[in-house]
Amino acid sequence: MTDETLLEVKDLKTYFFTRRGTVKAVDGVSFQLKKGETLGLVGESGCGKSVTCFSVIRLVDKPAGRTVGGQVIFNGEDLLTKSEKEIQQIRGKHISMILQDPMMSLNPLFTVGNQVAEPVKIHQKLDKRMVWEKVKEMLSLVNIPSPEVRMKEYPHQMSGGMRQRIVGAMALSCQPQLLIADEPTTALDVTIQAQFLRLLKDIQQQSNLSMIVVTHDFGIVARVCDRVAVMYAGKIVETAETRDLFNNPTHPYTIALMNSLPKMGAKVDRLYTIEGQPPELQNLPPGCNFAPRCPEAMEICRQEYPPQSMVTEEHYMNCWLAKGKE
Amino acid sequence: MMSERIDLRRITSVLRTVPIFPTVVLAIFLVCGVFGGFFVPHDPNDMELNNSLMPPFWEEGGSTSYLLGTDQLGRDMLSRVIGGAGISLQVGFVVVFISGTIGSIFALLSGYLGGWVDVIIMRMADTFLALPYMLIAIAMAAILGPSRNNIILILVIMGWAGYARVLRSEVLRIKEVNFIQLAIVAGCSNVRIMLRHIFPNIVNTLTIMATLQFGSVIIAESSLSFLGLGVPPPHPAWGSMLADGRNHMTNAWWMSVWPGVAILLVVLSCNLLGDWLRVRLDPKFRQL
Amino acid sequence: MQRYIFKRIVQAIFCVVGVTIIVFSLTRLSGDPLSLLLAPDAMQEDVEEMISILGLDEPFHVQYWDFISRAVQGDFGKSLRWKRPCIDIFLEKFPNTLQLAVLSMAWALLVGISVGILSAVKVGTWFDNFGKIFALLGQATPVFWLGIMLMMVFAVNFRWLPTSGMGGIENLIMPSVTLGWVFTASITRLTRSAMLDVLDSEYIKMARIKGVPERFVIIKHAFKNAMIPVVTVASLQFITLLNGTVITETVFNWPGVGRLVVDSIFARDYPMVQTVVLIASCLFVFTNLAVDILYAYIDPRIRYK
Repeated sequence: MTDETLLEVKDLKTYFFTRRGTVKAVDGVSFQLKKGETLGLVGESGCGKSVTCFSVIRLVDKPAGRTVGGQVIFNGEDLLTKSEKEIQQIRGKHISMILQDPMMSLNPLFTVGNQVAEPVKIHQKLDKRMVWEKVKEMLSLVNIPSPEVRMKEYPHQMSGGMRQRIVGAMALSCQPQLLIADEPTTALDVTIQAQFLRLLKDIQQQSNLSMIVVTHDFGIVARVCDRVAVMYAGKIVETAETRDLFNNPTHPYTIALMNSLPKMGAKVDRLYTIEGQPPELQNLPPGCNFAPRCPEAMEICRQEYPPQSMVTEEHYMNCWLAKGKE
Repeated sequence: MMSERIDLRRITSVLRTVPIFPTVVLAIFLVCGVFGGFFVPHDPNDMELNNSLMPPFWEEGGSTSYLLGTDQLGRDMLSRVIGGAGISLQVGFVVVFISGTIGSIFALLSGYLGGWVDVIIMRMADTFLALPYMLIAIAMAAILGPSRNNIILILVIMGWAGYARVLRSEVLRIKEVNFIQLAIVAGCSNVRIMLRHIFPNIVNTLTIMATLQFGSVIIAESSLSFLGLGVPPPHPAWGSMLADGRNHMTNAWWMSVWPGVAILLVVLSCNLLGDWLRVRLDPKFRQL
Repeated sequence: MQRYIFKRIVQAIFCVVGVTIIVFSLTRLSGDPLSLLLAPDAMQEDVEEMISILGLDEPFHVQYWDFISRAVQGDFGKSLRWKRPCIDIFLEKFPNTLQLAVLSMAWALLVGISVGILSAVKVGTWFDNFGKIFALLGQATPVFWLGIMLMMVFAVNFRWLPTSGMGGIENLIMPSVTLGWVFTASITRLTRSAMLDVLDSEYIKMARIKGVPERFVIIKHAFKNAMIPVVTVASLQFITLLNGTVITETVFNWPGVGRLVVDSIFARDYPMVQTVVLIASCLFVFTNLAVDILYAYIDPRIRYK
């Protein structure tokens, strides 16, 4: 761990204890994030990407969900050992998050300005006038025209793209060091998506912000992320720099995902799909989680979970195939 | 949305989640209502003035032949409670059935046909829903005269609007679904569409409402009896038993307790059953 | 929003007209209203005189119009029992009912909302289960039975509270508790479910993400949103309170409008009955209207439509 590392997640485990069994939503996830870097978390729905993010800021759905193991080391301190009060001071100020649906993320009964001002009021000791100045500044930063007017409006009076930018302003108002974006563009129109991503990238460059972007869209990964972690059924199966992952995917699941992307210009009779269904997280098979669906599964895959192996510098994955090659 | 195929496995798995308490309670009262006459320890109307105002058997002065005590005319409380079940449940079922039917019909017409029909029916429903039902009910009861059929009539008149309103929004929701439009294109008549396609999909909500309303009807009927405007004597009715009990609060507490407990149990069971149905049949309501 | 209000007002007027027609027809229902008023063996001339006094020989719509035009000016006829204008008697008794109703609603809201919110915040705990049972029992209890039970326990047995009549604070307690009981139960359930819904929403998650302390998440963000459905339904359910006054006032001998109606019915004072029912119904309609308009102000989504 170097000075450049902002966040280090070690062997994070978050389980949900339900009547039907224990759902191992996040089962031993580890990754690192440097300052100013953007990490993508990719995977199918239900693979645990969102729960991982919520676990970092300790907002897992109670009472069923609980982080049962691991460490989340942010700026040298383990967030999992902090008190609720201490964590509240970190949320919104040092680590911030934006969610998928901007309409649902904003309280319909409060003005937009009020909501953007809230984290500022909580975390910074500014007088009233300076708070509103800050709000205007943030709204301009996210390219909201006429911020003084817009400040007094309600969420339902704005378009989807504008709302998501407001959410962005809200998240960035206290200059956090880490921004977690959970599917930030999924609910937006395609034309607006690119705009929003570019905005995030611009802001990141200005302030050396680190980002974790959760998505199921490889297009976004390609555009925005420096590094990528691929998740399946609660575990990270492959981590690499973005270019490396696209050029040289090694884990069978990653390969399968890449193959599922329709390629422009290629003529195919049928689109490639991955056989089978994602496993039930309360009923995981022994061994590798992907084994039931893996075209290259071997006997050992069904018995033991493969340890991490290094493919190249900064490129890791968990698969018995690599072990075989060594 | 299509009517689900019924298979045995689903039925048994559903049956396992049926809440025991309300079902058992309602079943008991049902049996009392229908067959009560056969197993009452005494004739509910049998007056034995020598035995008036006897306390329940576990108190001093009580006897095991009058388990729950007697009233001021020496009538056995237990028998009267069982007998009262008959009236209340009868009225309950009939009212719920008729107002549910009328409400459904209006809802179908109003929701499906729209336009003027919709406006008129909904204005009527709004008007009825705006009426203070108790005031109107007692006024009508007083004017028409107390009788079982009049009570039913009154409660139906006050009750249909609730069904019509709620079921209409269900109809509107279902109307938008594709298979209705397909049926129209296929040339089905309006009546056929309403009956065979729309109605089966509102039956769930109808059942939930009926179960919940059953309890309210029982309370309404006993309120009217309490005021002396319900089913006339000699039929034992829980409400009028409570009115009698009120006169003897100081010396015969049992007269006021048992009929009230009976009403409470029946209504509670209806509500519990209705809630269970809501959860099973309409996931929107799970939180309640 | 103007359109919305205008629409509601028109609806309300429609309602009132419908209500008046129904109420007016009520008393003509039995076919021969006179049988309610005169002794069975009344003389023929008396009967005819009654008929012309009451205008019963006119066709229906004339009678109706007569009635309405006078009612709008405040003339509801004379009470047959007290021989005074009905409206006077109504206005004498109404404040008593209002007193009871307002007090009942006040404590129903206080208890109901508090228990509801706590239940939702501590969902799944013993408090929540207690709250749920309390609400269930509350909604199933027949009002008159509760009144009698309370009387037996507190008045007869412990002799802490008086059994009936108006008077000081101690007279208000049992009737208002009785009247408000069912209402409390429904508000509890309503608040709980509204709170649970709201607490599940994304903007609450966002508030937590921003680092808002939990108590403000609940009080500032969740509460206001949860109150919208609660206020709406609660004010509509205020009506059930008025229904309950009939029974409660009878049980506790409270001199209000509810008991007035019941007494008038048994005394065959049909102008009085008509007056009470009519005014009460119109009150309902206008209360609903007022609530809807208020609701439009609270929820900015409607305000700016």
